[in-house]
Amino acid sequence: MSNKNQLTTNTKMKRDALEVRPKNSFLSNWIGVTPFFIFTLFFIVLPSVSLVTRAFQDNAGNFTLRNFLDLFSPAILSSYWVSIRISFATALAGGLLGFLMAYAITVGKLPDGVRSGILTFSGVASNFAGVPLAFAFVATMGRTGMVTVLLKNVFHINIYNMGFNLYSFLGLSLTYTFFQFPLMILVITPALDGLKKEWKEAAENLGASQGMYLRKVLLPILMPSILGGMILLFGNSFGAYATAYSLTGGFINLITIMVGSQIKGDVLYNPGLGYALAVGMVIVMLIMMIFYYLLRRRSERWLRK
Amino acid sequence: MAFIELSNISKVYGTTTVVEKVNLEAEKGEFISFLGPSGCGKTTTLRMVAGFEQPNTGSITLDGADITYLPPRQRNIGMVFQSYALFPNMTVGQNIGFGLQTRKLPKEEIKQKVDEMLAMVHLESHIDKYPYQLSGGQQQRIALARALAINPAVLLLDEPLSALDAKIRVELRLEIRRIQQTMGITTIYVTHDQEEAMLLSDRVVVMSQGHVEQIGPPSRIYNYPATEFVAQFVGQLNLLPVSAVDMASATCTVAGHTIRFETSVARELSESPRLAIRPEELQIGFPAAGEEANTLSGEIASVLFLGAIVRLRVLVNGVLITADIFNERNITFPRAGDEIVLNFSKHACWLI
Ligand SMILES: Nc1ncnc2c1ncn2[C@@H]1O[C@H](COP(=O)(O)OP(=O)(O)OP(=O)(O)O)[C@@H](O)[C@H]1O
Ligand SMILES: [Mg+2]
Repeated sequence: MSNKNQLTTNTKMKRDALEVRPKNSFLSNWIGVTPFFIFTLFFIVLPSVSLVTRAFQDNAGNFTLRNFLDLFSPAILSSYWVSIRISFATALAGGLLGFLMAYAITVGKLPDGVRSGILTFSGVASNFAGVPLAFAFVATMGRTGMVTVLLKNVFHINIYNMGFNLYSFLGLSLTYTFFQFPLMILVITPALDGLKKEWKEAAENLGASQGMYLRKVLLPILMPSILGGMILLFGNSFGAYATAYSLTGGFINLITIMVGSQIKGDVLYNPGLGYALAVGMVIVMLIMMIFYYLLRRRSERWLRK
Repeated sequence: MAFIELSNISKVYGTTTVVEKVNLEAEKGEFISFLGPSGCGKTTTLRMVAGFEQPNTGSITLDGADITYLPPRQRNIGMVFQSYALFPNMTVGQNIGFGLQTRKLPKEEIKQKVDEMLAMVHLESHIDKYPYQLSGGQQQRIALARALAINPAVLLLDEPLSALDAKIRVELRLEIRRIQQTMGITTIYVTHDQEEAMLLSDRVVVMSQGHVEQIGPPSRIYNYPATEFVAQFVGQLNLLPVSAVDMASATCTVAGHTIRFETSVARELSESPRLAIRPEELQIGFPAAGEEANTLSGEIASVLFLGAIVRLRVLVNGVLITADIFNERNITFPRAGDEIVLNFSKHACWLI
């Protein structure tokens, strides 16, 4: 009898404890992430709201749809298009290159230092953009750059005669790829580390060739991470400004350069249009995100929700 | 000729030999266990049979054919891993069918085989689930079904149960044995759990530091350990210091008592021989009479209740001896300090 009493008190105490606890820990649970919310509010939410409202205003501050109608001029559409193409191309090229390199340093059997060396390089190179990067490429691949001259004098290959031009779509893509593939290495390496050696062995054991293992096991497992990495690369390139501006001046009219010239106050000064251009960029990114979401949903049915 | 034969297999990593001259012949349908402490080379040996590692010396033949350097995918040997290793991106059905898909079998045939395998492991209703939706025990059943779906010549299992909890482990090991016997498949099973090895195997291979200590049926390994290592590693064992050993009369002195021992197993004695006896061979009670009886009298130092058995530590003239007795429902436990007499037959003990 006394035993039973004790049992009931015990369970009651436990229940009470459960009810009390969340109240106590509510603050401590959330306090760590408050800086995140403050940052989001001040530097993402508020600017976005202001961006969108100003995109609907003319220079006098009155409501207008003019800015958005202006987006459909051929010049602006073509600069969206060139930005999308260059982002797509460099996301694909950088993504592929980065994936292969990450594959080599994780799955491949390389000496110990190589992996950490490449990862350190990637950490630096993925942030190496803007004026310094442009200068580096001019100094190496420009018309009188080191590599160009070396190729011409030593190997008698004149790449500029062969159609290469650093200040072109191809040249800019090449420059972008320099910070794109290291970023891919950084984001995909953890996913590759997560591959279990037993999956490969089980596949081999069941009679699969290397190709079949890659197609049926490795790629499907990595697909969500690869897609995620590539969308990141796309956005990375889509929003890049300083590299293109300092490399080509205004020769290639990326959408970011358009935005810059509208709000910076040179000849073209029309901030309303600039804001509308920026809102257009957000919409492009949203569309990309939706594609990404759909693809990802298809490729990760098997992931723990 | 044996169905699968390892002859003089050695494996060297850098400068350390992790598997040394292992020999084994297994008949078709036999269940063999590799038993040994961690790091003794069980997995490495198994992986050489599977083809994931290649021996530095020696050869492996399967059904008369040399497979020593054959790539894993051409061996037709099924393998079950400790970590299940199911493909996370495939459903249960796709996992089991994978090996058949690599063999380019028609869809209908694959489906039929998958259903058959699922029925065998009693998981028919889970065919469309993904691995993450299954418990560990269920995943390992599927892994077993996947390995068996290809009708392998040999089934290899590397500690398949050690990631599971005790109850599932006991359940699943019986199931593995049942399936193995109905299919009549030659099996090599790696474990460091001796109970598992004894219960499952036709023969046990006890390994230590890369070499084979003894190969034999479980009861032989337990009752007639070939080496001191086997005697100590398998089961509990008392090793008592002896003096005045007389091989002619097969007697010696243990803690002041004269003991007769078994000499039928002729073996080299070590420098300082000891008397070996299993705790369950010791009976407590009054001194027994007769030619073959041995008696030790002492005082109980401690009593441990383990459930089915009760383990007594008895101090005999300064020598600590372990004796196991069966529990009974209305048992009166002996207590520390009680005077006690231990009896055992001369056939129960031997000199190491
Ligand atoms: N690839 C390797 N390189 C170097 N040493 C290795 C390698 N694989 C295994 N070893 C060493 O070989 C020895 C035997 O390893 P093995 O995995 O065969 O042991 P095991 O008997 O399976 O042990 P456990 O019960 O812990 O699984 C260990 O000392 C291990 O460190
Ligand atoms: Mg092992």
